[in-house]
Amino acid sequence: MKKYFKLVLFMVVATILLAGCSGGRETLTVYNWGDYIDEDVIREFEKEFGVRVVYDEFATNEDMYVKINAGGGNYDVAIPSDYMIKRMIDEDLLHKIDFDNVPNYQYIDDQFKDLGFDPNNEYSVPYMWGTVGILYNKTMVDDPVDSWKILWDEKYSKQILMLDSQRDSIGITLKMLGYSLNTKNTQELEEAKDALIEQKPLVLAYVGDEVKDKMISGEAALAVVWSGDAVYMMRENPDLAYAIPEEGSNLWFDSMVIPKTSKNKELAEKFINFMTRTDIAFMNTDYIGYSTPHTEAKKQLDPSLMNDMAAYPAMEDLEDCEVFEDLSSSASVYDRIWTEVKAK
Amino acid sequence: MKLKWISYPYIVWMIIFILLPLFLILFYSVTYNTSEGLGFTLEYFQRFFEPIYINVLWRSFKLALVSTGVCLLLGYPMAMILADKELKNRNVMVLLFIIPMWMNFLLRTYAWMTLLERNGILNSLLGLLNIAPKDFLYNEGAVILGMVYNFLPFMVLPIYSVLIKIDKNLLEAAGDLGANSATTFRKIILPLSIPGVLSGVTMVFMPAVTTFVIPRLLGGGQFTLIGNLIEQQFLFVGDWGFGSAVSVIMLILILISMGVMGKYEKEQEGGGLW
Repeated sequence: MKKYFKLVLFMVVATILLAGCSGGRETLTVYNWGDYIDEDVIREFEKEFGVRVVYDEFATNEDMYVKINAGGGNYDVAIPSDYMIKRMIDEDLLHKIDFDNVPNYQYIDDQFKDLGFDPNNEYSVPYMWGTVGILYNKTMVDDPVDSWKILWDEKYSKQILMLDSQRDSIGITLKMLGYSLNTKNTQELEEAKDALIEQKPLVLAYVGDEVKDKMISGEAALAVVWSGDAVYMMRENPDLAYAIPEEGSNLWFDSMVIPKTSKNKELAEKFINFMTRTDIAFMNTDYIGYSTPHTEAKKQLDPSLMNDMAAYPAMEDLEDCEVFEDLSSSASVYDRIWTEVKAK
Repeated sequence: MKLKWISYPYIVWMIIFILLPLFLILFYSVTYNTSEGLGFTLEYFQRFFEPIYINVLWRSFKLALVSTGVCLLLGYPMAMILADKELKNRNVMVLLFIIPMWMNFLLRTYAWMTLLERNGILNSLLGLLNIAPKDFLYNEGAVILGMVYNFLPFMVLPIYSVLIKIDKNLLEAAGDLGANSATTFRKIILPLSIPGVLSGVTMVFMPAVTTFVIPRLLGGGQFTLIGNLIEQQFLFVGDWGFGSAVSVIMLILILISMGVMGKYEKEQEGGGLW
């Protein structure tokens, strides 16, 4: 009996010691896409509010969802995309935001409010928006880049970089085939799977953020990228250009939300309000190159950027573009397709 | 056996960090969620036996075996050089072998990417010799190179530690009795070094067959190995059941191969780092 008592005692002491490691200043935990903030903004928030910020990064929406759904991380603020926000609202993973604590919300352009994934705008505050398109190196590609089909052209074998992200890669394939990128039709999805498997020998690599280094240094001719990354890469290497194919593409919105894992909702709202302050919103959009929904921050940007199709396309040009919708029960079909394409 | 008080921390450690996770993996691999609670299923194991996943398993074993073979071919002579008693500065040589292991494994793998790229250092050097750039990166060769580079010390060190312990009188006796150096190697050095070779093979094969970082970085995400499959199920897809089932199958395969190895090893003197 004594033996077990000591064992229990040891476990109790160990737990207390482990739990005692935190403390001191208030902590805010932020979960954001990799390479998606001006890090000075975090330091400024820490200084101004006297708190400590723990900053974590994810590579895809699915990655983030799995972690928050498993209850890991105690995240106070996360920045997922449209369809994932819808899914998290439906699964009751998000807190409603008290907009009285986020007065800077008034600066958000009205066309980014009340979007389909959060119709009454109760759960999210827009952070950035953009499209998915093809970034190509003008010195290596002599055909016009106006269709996703160019990514299936054998002429560019081993010169193509694809996104290692299932929703985007399956989505553009569906668009190439002329289907909706939100389809739940098994026949259409099978066709997309076959097309992706057929394309695999032509692909140089399936990449995440490495795409930036690769395209800037001219390692590949064509890459599927998000518009904001395209702006950044074109700034670094003038040989690069960005195109949204005629078949249409994905129009996306990344917004700040407060997951139910948050233990300090008030501080989370302060952070969201801070991120929506004009000077901070400007710092972020200027640094990462993505398009801001913030009216005042946009005014401060270099006027030449306004005419840049990659950064601020006119909404009427995006008619063929679709916003991702939550797939609910079909999500597992997409999971399986991507697993099979990668495993082939 | 009576347990001493001092061993409790280790027992607690093993329960929390070894037994509990193993139990959880097993649990997830055979259960699924329904509205009425948990149900028992073997569906995840069944799914693994679809050709596409068997192909992944086959590819993992193939690449790991090739890497282990290359490591053995490169590592055995290296261990013999290190164990040579005529060798001066042996400690420096051994140290040179170990120092790269102090650097983070990911960093070293990233460094290979810069070396092998189309506009990388290796191709620039070839360019100076007027040789057209070659694709070194993002193929099976690059993955094998990454494995051999990262795991070679795990082959050399166990063999070295066995070779260094061989009684030099045995070699002299063999010479006195008329054996030439080839016969001495075949009849004395090789049999005596088998325990070291076996632990070297195990220590290279295990990490090689389960690695997921090397194929991701050097293979460009095109060569899904068993480790990638498991990682993908847990991190991106969230199919913990299938991920756990693959892990359990992997565990069983590794246990079997260790059992086979152990059978040989029992007859010999244990050697190396185990």
